[in-house]
Amino acid sequence: MRETAYWTWFIIAAIVILIFAGLHMVVMHLSMLGVFNPEGGAVTNWGNVAFRSQNQFLAFTYIILLGAALYHGLYGLRTIVFELGPKKSFQDTFTVLLWIVGLVLFAIGTYAAIAAKSLELAL
Amino acid sequence: MDNKQYDNHLGIIGWLGGGRWGVERYLYILHRVTGLGILLFFLIHIFASSMRMYGPETWAAAMAILKNPIFKLGEFFVFVAFAFHALNGIRLILIELGLAVGKAEEPIYPYKSSLNNQRPLMVIVMVVVAILIIAGGYNTFFGSH
Repeated sequence: MRETAYWTWFIIAAIVILIFAGLHMVVMHLSMLGVFNPEGGAVTNWGNVAFRSQNQFLAFTYIILLGAALYHGLYGLRTIVFELGPKKSFQDTFTVLLWIVGLVLFAIGTYAAIAAKSLELAL
Repeated sequence: MDNKQYDNHLGIIGWLGGGRWGVERYLYILHRVTGLGILLFFLIHIFASSMRMYGPETWAAAMAILKNPIFKLGEFFVFVAFAFHALNGIRLILIELGLAVGKAEEPIYPYKSSLNNQRPLMVIVMVVVAILIIAGGYNTFFGSH
């Protein structure tokens, strides 16, 4: 039952990634959307990065995408490793390890998204 | 989860042969390889994009590293992996939901494989993937940045 729940969340995370990574691609790679790049030039110019970091909606989408992508990616890694037929004790340890790694990375990414809101605009 | 070890267990070697499953089996392998590649990129991306917390100098230093031509090529490979993994993933979800696999038939010999019913979807998806890769490649190497 737990494995079914893990797998169902894996599929839900995939759909969330499709939506939010698609949005992320549009914001980052379609230079015609000058609204997200007020400084002009590359999307990675500091002024553009600082501007986007202060946008609450974008920060929210980053955090959702971060959580979904971490879950989807780490569950995918777990599935691949488990197919190699490790022992049950290894499977249990590996699952706990992935939860820890995932939660730590989620905390780092979320902190970055929230802390970056206070960046000084260089416009 | 059943932990029984089978004598015919092939491990990673078993991933390399498509056997009678044909092209869909190789797409399954490619799905996993691209998934692992995207995961690696994503972990690096979390740390690289977090550099903005430390101010414009640190950010500029991090971006200077990423301007190396090797990273440009890497960016294209990430796009290729992402385009394939996303569209093939949509195909897998559709099939999982029982769509695009044809109607259920009574199993009468000679049996028909549902793979034949799934194949048109696979061909359409791979054509779209190829178009995206060409467009992405053009944008990466010849587009204005």
